[in-house]
Formats: sequence, C-alpha cells, structure tokens
Amino acid sequence: MPKSWQKESAIVIAIALILVYALPFAINTFTLSVLLIYGMLGLSLGLIWGFGGILCFGQTAFFGLGAYAYAISAINIGESTLPLIFSILVPAAFAALMGAMMFYGRLADVYLGVITLVVTLILFKFINSTASPIYVIGEARLGGYNGIPGFQTLNIPGRPDDYIWGDAFYYFCFAALVIVYLLVSWLLRSSFGRIAIGIRENDERMSLMGYDTRARKTVLFAIGAAIAGLAGGLFANWAEIVTPGLFSLGQSAEIIIWCIVGGLGTRLGPIIGAASLAYLKFLLGQQSMIDNTLIMGLILVLFVLFLPKGIVPAISDLWAASFGRRRKRLRKSRRGTRVMSNG
Amino acid sequence: MDFGFVLLVEILYAVASLALISAGLAVVFGMMKVINLAHGEFMMLGGYAAITSANMGVNIFIAMLIIAPIVVGLIGLIVERLVIRHLYGRLVDTMLATWGLSLFFIGCATMIFGNTTTGISTPIPGFAVGDYQINGYNFFIIIVSVVLILAMLAVLKTTRLGLIARGTMQNPDMASALGYSPDRIYMATFFVGSALSGFAGAILAPLVGLVPTSGGAFIAKAFITVIAGGPALISGLLSSSALFGFVGQVFSFAASPVIGDVAMLIAAVILLRLLPKGVTGRFFKGKL
Repeated sequence: MPKSWQKESAIVIAIALILVYALPFAINTFTLSVLLIYGMLGLSLGLIWGFGGILCFGQTAFFGLGAYAYAISAINIGESTLPLIFSILVPAAFAALMGAMMFYGRLADVYLGVITLVVTLILFKFINSTASPIYVIGEARLGGYNGIPGFQTLNIPGRPDDYIWGDAFYYFCFAALVIVYLLVSWLLRSSFGRIAIGIRENDERMSLMGYDTRARKTVLFAIGAAIAGLAGGLFANWAEIVTPGLFSLGQSAEIIIWCIVGGLGTRLGPIIGAASLAYLKFLLGQQSMIDNTLIMGLILVLFVLFLPKGIVPAISDLWAASFGRRRKRLRKSRRGTRVMSNG
Repeated sequence: MDFGFVLLVEILYAVASLALISAGLAVVFGMMKVINLAHGEFMMLGGYAAITSANMGVNIFIAMLIIAPIVVGLIGLIVERLVIRHLYGRLVDTMLATWGLSLFFIGCATMIFGNTTTGISTPIPGFAVGDYQINGYNFFIIIVSVVLILAMLAVLKTTRLGLIARGTMQNPDMASALGYSPDRIYMATFFVGSALSGFAGAILAPLVGLVPTSGGAFIAKAFITVIAGGPALISGLLSSSALFGFVGQVFSFAASPVIGDVAMLIAAVILLRLLPKGVTGRFFKGKL
C-alpha cells in the first residue's frame, strides 16, 4: 500500500504542476481562484457523503462559519495566519458538537437531512438579524444582511503589509487544494477511511464488529467541516466581504448538485463537478435570456434521472469497458492464472 | 384580558397556518414516503396563480379556493409522470430530484414574473379588540385550516377512496394484490398533495409579498412539521403544528419574529433528538 500511495501522490503533484501553469491560459486567475475554492468545498461534501454516507444538507453552514470566523478574527487580530487557522477549527468544533448530538442520537438519512438543513437555516436567520450595532464580537460588527466588509486579507505570515493577492493568491489556493486532496487520499487509505466506507455500506455490521460507529462518523463529519471551513476562509479572502448569503439554501443546494454531477464515491468527481458547474454558472451569468437557477435545477433533475452515478464514475466505467478489458485479456494470455489472484 | 385574547388568536393562527403549509407535504410523505422539496415552490406557484387570476378580474375567493389548487395540481401531475414516477422507493434521490425541480420552478417564475414582489390586498378587513387591532384574515385562515383538516379526516375515514388510500399507506403490496394499481393511487395522491400545496400558497398569498424565492420560507417549516409529526398523517400534523406554532408564536411575542423562528427550529432539533421517529412514532401509534 505505501508504495502505491507514494506513486499516486507523485502523479497527482505532477498533474497539478502542469495544470497550475496551463489553466491561466484559458481562464483568468481571479475566476480560477474561486473555482478552486468551490472545488475544495465540493470535496468536503464528497468526503462525508460519498465515503461516509452522511447526507448533509447544510455543508454550506461550515463554509459560512469558516468565512465568518476568518473575517471576525482578522478584524480583531489584524494579521491573517491565526484567522485562517480559526476558519478551520471553528467549523470543525461546531461540526463535532453537532455530529455528536446527531450520531449519538442514532439519527439517520432523512432526519439527518432535516437537522443539518434546520441548523443552516438557524444560522442564516440569526446572522441576517444582526444588523444592529449591539451584535459585536471584539471590534467586529456582525453587520446582519450587510455582511462584514473591510477585514485584513491574506498576508505573508508575520508581515501584515505583504498581501497575498492576484496570481499569488491563485497559487496559494491551488497548493491548498492539492494538499487537502492528498490528505483526503491518505485518510481514505488509512484504516480510519476504510472503516468509514464500511460504515457507509453497513452501519450495523461495523458496530457489531466492535467499531464505535458513532464516534467515527462524528470525527469524519468534523473533518469534512474543517475542509469546508478552510474553503470558507479562502472564499472570504477572495470576495473580501462575507454575507449571510453564504448560509442560504441555494448555496447548500449547489454543493449537493456539484457532488451528484461530478460523482459520489470519488475524490476527483466533486472537485470537477464544482469547478465546471461554477464556471458554467459564471458563463450563464453573462447573459440574461435564461435564468441560471432554472439551468441548475434542470441539470440536477436530469442527472438524478439519467446519470445518478455522476460524470467521473461514468467516464471511468466507459474507460474500463473500452480499454480495461482488452488489457486484462492481454495480461491474462501472457501471465495465465496469476491474474486471478491479483484480481 | 384583551391581550390574552389577542395572544390566543395569534397562537391559533400560527398553528393553523403551520398545519395549512404542511398539509400537502404531509399527504405526499405519509402516503408515498416521498419528500417533495419542491413543496415550497408549489405554494409559490399557487400564490402566483391566485394573484394573476385575481388581477384578470376573477373573484379573489374563486381564484384562491378553486383555480390555484387545480393549476398547481395539474403541474404536480405532470411532474409526477415525468420525474417522480421513476424514483419511487429511492428516498434520497427523490429529495434531490425535487430539490432540482424547486430550483427549476424558481427559475421559471423569475423569467415569467420577474424578480419583484407581487402582492394583493387582504379581502377581509381587520377589527379592533380593546386597544388592539386584529387582522380579520387570520380568522379566515383558522377556519380554512379547521375545515381542511376535518375534510381530510372525513375523506380518509368514511369514503371508499379513503379506505384504499389508507390501505396503500399501510401496505402497498397488499393493496396491489387486491387489484388496486399503486401507480394510479400514487399519481392521484401526488395530484391531491400538490393541489393542497397550491391551495395553501394561494390562501397565504395576500399576507406575504410574493417573490419567486418565497417558497424557501415555507419549505423548512413544512419539512420539520411533517418529519417531527411522524408516520400518522393527521394526528402527526396536528400535534407537531400545535407544538411548533405555540413555541414560535410565544417567542415571537416575547422577543421578535426572528427569535420566534429560531426557537421553533431549535424546538424541532431537540424534539427529533428525543423522538427520532417523530411524535406519532411514540404516541398515538396506529392512529390516523
């Protein structure tokens, strides 16, 4: 296992190095940065839903919390290193509490969906109603529906005047996404990840085998929230304002659409789904003929009906059907029965 | 004294409107185990249907009580035939598909009616109780909800159609073995459920300014009411809307409407944590 893990990470880094220089030729780096951030957000839901079987309708709550945690602490601290760490820790702690409440209460599927949706709505309503100046954390006003503008954006650690912006911010986002991707791959290869997949397949069986499924689901949920929170913190830097819209139902729906379209149970699928749909939305936003909510809705319905597995699994199936079998046959004729044991 | 009366009316109104909002979703969920996340948009379409036809000169009560349910029911029928029919038994997939439909309808409404607030004045004047002014329309909503619940109870308990519906609810395989096509029953149920959603949307339209996204305000409330109600259709609907309506309205009076909504949502989270199968999963078992 460790050997192929190294091989895989080497391939991932090589492809990333090509893409990081190739992509700016097609799309400007400002747009690319937000596509990468959305990719990370998609990956966070792809991890807990596709590999942990936890359908969270409120992944955007952690995204928003990360953004707000960053904005509030950046105003109070005036330097960006600690706030970025807060944007990971605050959503993770919140998710751990929420997850513990849900999973130790043995809530599953629909009920899980309701609770996560409701918590997101509570946050949305609460943040929306904090326009009055009495809602202050340190020096930061929560600002209600106006959001929080004007906070310290990303800077080189320890030097608050050297901002990371423009192209540098794009490279930073790319590096962050690659690191998160590798960490997720490593997590899924570890015994924790494999047990999480086992829990997705059959919760009861895993708990009868002696694993504490409640604790494991809580931890996985918190990890997903941490990734979403990091994406939120980066998003706050990209947009340079945080608004309650981050907690809205529409944003939640979008994350789910990305995962469905990209493909559940894959790491790459949600990233590709997020980046391509966000780019599509960006392109659609430039015309006013057709409302882009309509297109998003139509895409979700059509995918659920006709391609519920998503793009990435469909392509890899197609690949396996057209090339894989031939290669297997070749190998079989060359090596005889050894293929059977390799499977 | 006057304050007590006003508070009582407001709480009754909150409970009634919650029951009204949730009825369509409850019928579809209770009978078909399908969670229709486009429910809020069906309500929004009902509201637009009522307002559009009222603006075209139709009597407002005819527009609300007859035209809106029929229009939305037909839209529901089309949706069921095209989309939902293929997804029976796949709970999560139906939720996702109907969520997609909800976005689709929001997009359609934005393109047709524009992203502006449309409204209509309430057809019933308010009146004064002591020092307070009460909206007369609130009484209308309370009466409509009571009539609606009684009608649902009567249909389910006394008619042959209701018997078939309850049978299918309990055991679809047995109903189909006895010669009733579940496909057609589900189709009819979805029609009735959507019509109820459109009805509720039309009734509430004069109270809220309609925008294409106003369905989102209803869906969360309806969703928690139905899920917290549990498997029994009518007693679940009544018990959870009574509980949430009471909590929400008391906190609205004590603090602000936003706190009221938040208190209602927190109550839902606590309730589901304590009774994961909903109120009627524990109490009133086997009742309607």
